[in-house]
Amino acid sequence: MSRKALTRRQFVAATAMSSAALITAPYVRGAYAAGKLSIGFWDHWVPGANDASTALVKEWGEKEKVEVSIDYITSNNKKIELTAAAEAQAKSGHDILQMPSWWPHAYSENLEPLNDVMEPLIKQNGEVNGTVKYLGQSGGKWLAVPATPGSQIKGPCSRIDLMKKHAGIDVQEMYPAGSVPKDENWTMETFLKAAEACHKAGVPFGIGLGETTDSVDTAGAIFQSYGAELVNAKGDITVKTDAVREALEYYKRLIAVLPTDAPSWDDASNNKWLISGRGAMILNPPSAWAVAKRDAPQIAEQCWTHGMPAGPKGRYAPFLPYFWGVWSFGKNKEAAKSLLTHLSQPSAIEKFVAASGGYDLPAYANMTNLKTWAEEGPPKGTLYQYPDPHHRQTLSIAASPAPPKIAQQIYFQATLTKLALRYAKGEKLDTALAWAENECEGFMRS
Amino acid sequence: MLGRKSTVAFFLTLPLILLIALLVLYPAFYSVYLATLNKAMTKFVGFSNFTFLFKRETFWMVVRQSCIFAITAVFFKALIGFIVAHFVHNIPGKKQRKWRGMLLVPWVIPPAMSTLAWLWLFDPSYSAFNYTLSFFGVGPIPWLGDTFWARFSVILVNVWYGAPFFLIMYLAALKSVPDQLYEAASIDGANWWQKIWHITLPMMRNIIAITTLFSLIVTFANFDIVRILTSGGPLDTTHLFATWAFQVGIQSSDIPLGACVSLFMVPILAVAAIFILRDVNKRGNEA
Repeated sequence: MSRKALTRRQFVAATAMSSAALITAPYVRGAYAAGKLSIGFWDHWVPGANDASTALVKEWGEKEKVEVSIDYITSNNKKIELTAAAEAQAKSGHDILQMPSWWPHAYSENLEPLNDVMEPLIKQNGEVNGTVKYLGQSGGKWLAVPATPGSQIKGPCSRIDLMKKHAGIDVQEMYPAGSVPKDENWTMETFLKAAEACHKAGVPFGIGLGETTDSVDTAGAIFQSYGAELVNAKGDITVKTDAVREALEYYKRLIAVLPTDAPSWDDASNNKWLISGRGAMILNPPSAWAVAKRDAPQIAEQCWTHGMPAGPKGRYAPFLPYFWGVWSFGKNKEAAKSLLTHLSQPSAIEKFVAASGGYDLPAYANMTNLKTWAEEGPPKGTLYQYPDPHHRQTLSIAASPAPPKIAQQIYFQATLTKLALRYAKGEKLDTALAWAENECEGFMRS
Repeated sequence: MLGRKSTVAFFLTLPLILLIALLVLYPAFYSVYLATLNKAMTKFVGFSNFTFLFKRETFWMVVRQSCIFAITAVFFKALIGFIVAHFVHNIPGKKQRKWRGMLLVPWVIPPAMSTLAWLWLFDPSYSAFNYTLSFFGVGPIPWLGDTFWARFSVILVNVWYGAPFFLIMYLAALKSVPDQLYEAASIDGANWWQKIWHITLPMMRNIIAITTLFSLIVTFANFDIVRILTSGGPLDTTHLFATWAFQVGIQSSDIPLGACVSLFMVPILAVAAIFILRDVNKRGNEA
């Protein structure tokens, strides 16, 4: 076997040639040169709405040469919360996970700060509302990016005919499509009188008193419109206050005119109530109207989504934002941030809103006048006021402004609805308040 | 030879042992570990989660409700299973097979699915039960909106789902009771009740004890029926350990407290298991 020795001069020449070849050769970029990205999105209720997400992600993936995979995870039976809990525990999973309202704070230690994504987006799309900041920020750090898909306002969806006939309220006149609401007289007292009249006429308002989010969100807005907080922003328990007592007195009168089985309602019950034609109003995003459009068109034609009534401390609308979070243990964080920026561009937001038939709500101030809401029908303009285009309401979440980790427990243990129900069912006010105070003390664990 | 056989047997069962270790023992010990952490899961707090729970009104309500739910449901499952097993036992040959198959249907349908069907029957807006009752001038009954009716409903569904298990176990036990005993009793002039009391029940005691224990464990740990029907409401009055643990642990992001709630089932079930199995062993030794 012959073996040729390599001289020092030959070695230097060969190395120089190889280096030159490497530097001057054109960079061949593979189809997925920028790596992989796995995404867990919320599985949308509205048929076809997931397609908008898929198309936008695909478009971005092709442009950025990233191989993307999407899992659509249902929120039925808390599957999305379970996924978040499992991934946070295992420190492994998707790179981006869509999370319901409270979860960015719950997993704040496991989430990548997203200030570099949010700051330019706010400059571009306008300011976000207070609830998005409350849920998405911690100590000046953005924990997640507000997601348009899934975010919703749970305001009143009224039956035009029944409200006019039994309560003497023309909801279309009060909340006209295309112009500023004439809602000065739309107060909690007017709301209650309308509820009493509709109850008397056999078409009660369909407001749940159960432990799921629709019931809790309504309770939250009513409490807030009376300035009632169980725990304040500093974390002090403020159950035994006049504001809470006033809110409870109001709720007691309201509960008397709600359906008798409202304590067992879940998030589907109010939708069924409206679609079955049994009630004059529910508090819900336009999903019930969308189903009615398909299953009971004569009901859908009479539906009008509008703003909440004002209480002594303001007009509060239940707002439930979704977020996109990037796990700090994710493998492709820069790509994840780039995708979230892409999904938050005005053109992308417009596609989300259109694909969901107006259900999805962007969190940004400049994005509440999209044509989908103005054009959806029947009746035309039924969703115009849904995103609160004239900023007449404070978008809020139940149990705020308590520190989010305490508020999350008040929210999911449905302390507000339970408190209202206890009092309405005959428990003494002081006993009910003592129970709530005891519950809140239990939520202070750190 | 015997030693070699047992070694082979051990290796044959090893995959199953490993699977149980992975899927049962590891989560069990992990939940004990979780129960000793603070809410943020950053430091060891010993038993303070347990002492915290002892001071919660809702916790004691859940303990009471879990006991009411499990004991009532197991009692009715056993009673219905026992009665129906006798009926089925007395059906001749081919027809019996058909009945056995039909009566097992509730048990073989995944409970999450069948409970959804029950939810529609109890539904506030479209309840088929209330619709039917309205023809008799009864109702509407708030099946899931009132404490009494909500407890009744969750127990009813659990009994409907679990009674076939008792039925099939009791039927197997009945078939193993020698006919000669009944014949001898008939000759001695025993009536049907005396036959049940003095022959059937003593012969079935062990199977009754084992099925009761098994069902008690499963019923105590029930999750799906309550979760789907009431989510623990109204006013937490149908929560069981598992559903409350889920609400506290997953929904309220307090995993250590949730683990702690679920672990409370262990001492209660352990006491029940000790009493029931001791009785079975005693009778086994006597035999």
